[in-house]
Formats: sequence, C-alpha cells, structure tokens
Amino acid sequence: MKQFKYLSPTTVEEAISYYGQHSETAKFVAGGTDVIVKLKEGWMEPDYLISLKKIEEMGELHKNDATKELSIGATVTHATLEKSLMIQNEYPIIYDAVSNIGSLQVRNVGTIGGNLINAVPSADGAIPLIALDGVALLQGPDGERSADVKNLFIEPYKTILKPGEILKKITIPPQAPHTGSAYTKFGRRAAMELPLIGIGVLLTLADDLETCTKARICLGVAAPTPMRAFDSEKFLVGKKITEETLIEAGNIAADESQVRDSIRGKAWHRKEMIRVYIKRMGLKCISIIKHNS
Amino acid sequence: MTTNISFSLNGDEISYEVKDHWTLLHLLREEMGMIGTKEGCGNGECGACTVIVDKLAINSCLYLAIEVDGKTIETIEGLASTDGILHPLQKSFVENGGIQCGFCSPGMIMSSKALLDENPSANHEEIKHALAGNICRCTGYVQIFESVEAVKNMGGQNE
Repeated sequence: MKQFKYLSPTTVEEAISYYGQHSETAKFVAGGTDVIVKLKEGWMEPDYLISLKKIEEMGELHKNDATKELSIGATVTHATLEKSLMIQNEYPIIYDAVSNIGSLQVRNVGTIGGNLINAVPSADGAIPLIALDGVALLQGPDGERSADVKNLFIEPYKTILKPGEILKKITIPPQAPHTGSAYTKFGRRAAMELPLIGIGVLLTLADDLETCTKARICLGVAAPTPMRAFDSEKFLVGKKITEETLIEAGNIAADESQVRDSIRGKAWHRKEMIRVYIKRMGLKCISIIKHNS
Repeated sequence: MTTNISFSLNGDEISYEVKDHWTLLHLLREEMGMIGTKEGCGNGECGACTVIVDKLAINSCLYLAIEVDGKTIETIEGLASTDGILHPLQKSFVENGGIQCGFCSPGMIMSSKALLDENPSANHEEIKHALAGNICRCTGYVQIFESVEAVKNMGGQNE
C-alpha cells in the first residue's frame, strides 16, 4: 500500500481547507471499508488521506421533535442505524437495508455516507433514502448546497460531488400518517452478498387504509444508478392496494427497469424477482400500516 | 508520515510509533508479533482478522492503525488468563468441535465475544447474524454456532 499522510480534521471547514491545500493528491475517507480496499489494490493512490471520522456533527443521528425531520450524519455507521430503536420502529426500510450490508464487522465501521458516495449500482443504503425522499446536504469550497439523494448519482462510481466537496448529512422529511416502507436485498446467499436486485417500496394510504395516496418504488441493480420506477408509482396512486394492484405495479416496474445480464445474475431472473418482491414488500408495507393504525 | 499513538491492548497501555498507512492488522502481526489474529482475504470478506475495538467487532485488515489512538483493543491473545486457563468461549469451541484447521477460529471467537459481551442471551438467529462475516472453509458452522450457544448467558467473561 502506498504511503500517505493521515489528516484528521475536526470540522467540515477544516477538512475542506485541507483539500484546498492538497487538491487531487488528497482523498476523503469515512469508515474506510471501501477506501482501504482501493488503497490496497492500488486503485487509489493519495498522498494525503483526510479522515472525516473526528467531525462530530457528521456522526450525529437525530430526529427533530418539532419538525419531525430525521437527520443522518454522513459518518453514521450502518450498525448505529441498525441498532437504533427509532430507526427500527419509524423507518423500517432503512433498518431492512442497512442490517444486511456486508458483515457486522463492516457495518460497525462503514458509513451511510460512504455507501452513497461509493455510488455502486447495488448500494443498499441508497434505496431507502430515495424512497423516503431524502435530501443530501453537501459542503465544499464554494459553500453549501443540497440535492435529492436520487440525483446524487450520475453513473456507476460517479456522483455529482465536485472536487473538495463533502456529503455532510442526509435529511428525511416527516412522513405522512399511514405510511409503511420495506426493503429487501435479493441475492443467492443470505450473508456477505451484493444484491442481485434490491427492492424498496414505500406506501402511504388514505384514512380508509386502502387507497394509496403516495407510492415510492425504488430499485437497486436495475439500472446504472439506483432508480425510481415512476410509472409503477403513478399506477398505484389513487388505487386501492390489493395483491392484484401490487402484482400489476411489479409488472410495470419490471418493464421500466434496465436490468441486464451480469456475472451475478441474468436480466430475466432480475425482472421476475422485481415482480415477486414488489408484491411482497408492498404487502409488508400494508401490514406495517395496519399494525401502527 | 509516522504518528505516535496510545491505546489499550488486552488491558496493557501501549504507546507506539505507527506509519500512517499501516492497517491495525499489520501493526498487530508484523510489527508487534501478535500473530494470533489471522490475515485471510485482506479485503474485509472473510473475518479472519476480526478484533474488538471499543467493544465493536471490526476487520483489522480494513482499519488503519492510526485510528486506534485512544481506543481499547481486544485480540485473541487477551482471552486466556495468564496462567493458561482458557476463556469459556475458547473452551467451548474446543469441546464442541468448533475448531478444525483453526484459521478462522480467532476471528470467530472475537466476533462471538463481542456479541455475547453486548447481548449475553443472544438467540440462534442473532448468533448467525453476528457471525455472518466470518467464513469457515472446513464447513464447521453448525458446531461453531453450538459452541457459542453453549457459553451464552455466561456473559462471555472469564469465570
């Protein structure tokens, strides 16, 4: 592994200023579970590694009691999210996704922000945040800006972040009453596996607990970047949610997806699993809504 | 590109001059000669290098040594008491056939210890979830889970 100088700023401003001094010779690192592999393989050869771990505000997870907005600092680890009772109870789709990323050893160190910035098509962490209409707050040499999590990704391994820019946190707007959400990673084995396909569903029902007022159908590994199946979502809104409507939503989403053959699985298999799991995750949403009502 | 760090290692206070790019695994094995912790894949896939840092099981191959400054590290060497009495987990792995070639064992045992320290009554599913990142190639998972089940409720502590 190439030698580098490790820098450990305690504020976002300090981190950005370090990048300003060293520009392309510096790389940011959070948990390091992806970055250290890249360093070992020689895919990344920085002279300076700027760690974001000591920046306190980036490690905070809290829900604002007044606004009901959830704020997830970019260096919050997967395990912190997995173990949070608030996440388990109120944002089950986040729990579903982060509790099966890598291994416990990886989740104890790897961060939600790193999972997003790595920008792999299979990023489990991205799907729930997109389904929850998450907003990413970025800060760089030119100041702060925000972007929908959905729009962070340009292509595999490429995000909209400019050189020197840092993903600080993700905010999740308050959820409407009667909302349920669920995610599943479908793979060939239960552990230490990247998904063949990732399926996230969020449904909001009207007071009758039948009519859909909002739907989010989000897919991982179904396109070069995490995607929303907009046609499928539009189909569901205004309909009574039944097994039949969910099957149709699955069919529409399978058609919308851009799945392809890869070393891990075939396109037709992925499409079939989109159909199967949109129905299953939809039914899980309904059972969560009914349980909470 | 060296930095002086201090940490607790199996109860001993250590001060060490580390190179910034060293992994914790490199520090333990190649610099300090503590070869109980194993290197398998070197990429965070196999869990052979698992140690406990501030009560969390981590892959020491993906963790920079410089980041343990001020932290508490537990490795397999710290489990048996100085007079050679095995830790209950070690004893159980031996008695229940949780060990064959032994290469995955330090990682398996450290993952198990982190789990039982946090959740002494972990159920079968919780044990499987916690050990999912530890790969055994002698196909001994059933015996390994049995080894952990046999010591749960004992708090993972030395008697």
